[in-house]
Amino acid sequence: MNYHWNFGIFLEQVKSGDETYLDWLITGLGWTLAVSLTAWLLALCIGIAVGALRTTPSRLLALLATAWVELFRNIPLLVQMFLWFFVVPEFLPRDWSLWVKQDMPAKEFVTAALCLGFFTSARVAEQVRAGVGSLPRGQRDASLALGFTLPQTYRHVILPQALRIVIPPLTSEFMNVFKNSSVAFAIGVLELTFQARQMQEDSEQGIETYLAVTLLYFICAFAANRGMAWIEAKSRVPGLIARTG
Amino acid sequence: MNHRTALLVAIVIAAAPALAQETGTLKKVKDNGSITLGIRESSYPLSYLDDKQQPVGYHIDVCNRIVDAVKAQLKLPALKLQHQAVTSQNRIPLVANGTVDLECGSTTNNEARQKQVAFAPTTFVTNVRMAVKKASGITGLAQLGGKPVATTTGTTSVQLMRAHEKGKGIDFKEVYGKDHADAFLMLETDRAVAFVMDDNLLAGLIVSSKSPADYAIVGEVLNVEPIAIMLRRDDPAFKKLVDAAVIGLMKSGELDKLYTRWFLSPIPPKNVSMNFPMSEQLKKLIKAPSDAPAESFNKK
Repeated sequence: MNYHWNFGIFLEQVKSGDETYLDWLITGLGWTLAVSLTAWLLALCIGIAVGALRTTPSRLLALLATAWVELFRNIPLLVQMFLWFFVVPEFLPRDWSLWVKQDMPAKEFVTAALCLGFFTSARVAEQVRAGVGSLPRGQRDASLALGFTLPQTYRHVILPQALRIVIPPLTSEFMNVFKNSSVAFAIGVLELTFQARQMQEDSEQGIETYLAVTLLYFICAFAANRGMAWIEAKSRVPGLIARTG
Repeated sequence: MNHRTALLVAIVIAAAPALAQETGTLKKVKDNGSITLGIRESSYPLSYLDDKQQPVGYHIDVCNRIVDAVKAQLKLPALKLQHQAVTSQNRIPLVANGTVDLECGSTTNNEARQKQVAFAPTTFVTNVRMAVKKASGITGLAQLGGKPVATTTGTTSVQLMRAHEKGKGIDFKEVYGKDHADAFLMLETDRAVAFVMDDNLLAGLIVSSKSPADYAIVGEVLNVEPIAIMLRRDDPAFKKLVDAAVIGLMKSGELDKLYTRWFLSPIPPKNVSMNFPMSEQLKKLIKAPSDAPAESFNKK
């Protein structure tokens, strides 16, 4: 292939001066981490709550939780981003709408973090529900028979066991958050994918750019994987789950 | 036979096959029996899809004339023409790796790109300016301080805005669309008070918007960018053929006719005219064709 390779490009100045391309990628990595970690925190809190609610005897609460999951699980992430960013503000009263569109601080970041958080929360909720469902029914009955209230049963008996069981699928979800955060470029968050597009346009060294960005995403997702594996090892209760390797 | 004659004979024998056979792109096109044009799907009106999803536009017409020249030179009237849609991100790798033989979109010829690819003589010149809503009363970049200004992710306009900001001490709030349609939507929905982009693309977006009369292209020119057909580097035989074909169009006045057809007459899909008269820079380039990069237009 007739391609002019230049791996030194990362240390070169960008055309408008002052910074190197590496600085761009580092800024992008910072925003990727900020969006992903905020979204993951949201997703865990909402996901555990919604997932647990789906397993409660209350019809109404279970229905609301199911509605949340189906809403955020059935719409593509990119469409959700556009929906919150472009469509929802159009339905606000004119003054609010203009404030959201022009003056709201860090609106791209807030929209992206909320949207990715909600999207991921629906998936976390399904995994938590599956974890709760996999516990023997006797656990709940015994706990209630001992005089625990339903919230206490969830807090002290069901969730501590269910959450340990679902750590492996949650690990995948945590890794997905980093990968899915790339969609945030579409509403103008200056994250890694955004910076990669800028860098490739400015330098015309597209292959080197995407190699570097691929490596950075890999490092993020792999760090999430190792972190979760550590938590899994630390929180293991002997005899609760059969060791698989 | 003395030494010198022997050498001469040897050179002639060695050179003869090279003269008779094509190399590079021309050889590839002859061997495959087909040539592939890279097209853009919404670079209005240089290269875009019409209502039948067929590529049309000013640069598509120019490329078709170049293909005619290739057919004539290779004596292959049945040469097959293939189209491959390309984007800002993949067009240069696709030309470099041989997927696309001629890129007929809206590519700016600049120094960084000349390290990767070659360009035909410039056939269009665009000025980077801004589109605003007429009602806003904005006429210059100086009025944009503290206001949100839109542009498209991964375009040169982003850097131009930043450079201008530094030079003039104006503080824009930059907002970014994923593509030109998104960035225009930001202007349309008041997320941005201005959209900075190539003026022909702005004119195209305005013409195809819901209420074209509401918008105007205003303000100073941030950059002058020569737009040209792109081809592979280090392929002198093909470059020579392409240059000759394009310069031929310029000399015969046919390029002027193509310009009038796409920029000053009603065009599909809406049958409205861009009403975009030819710039002085392009008139000069038609008189004196050149493949010089953008940097040579913007020397300060």
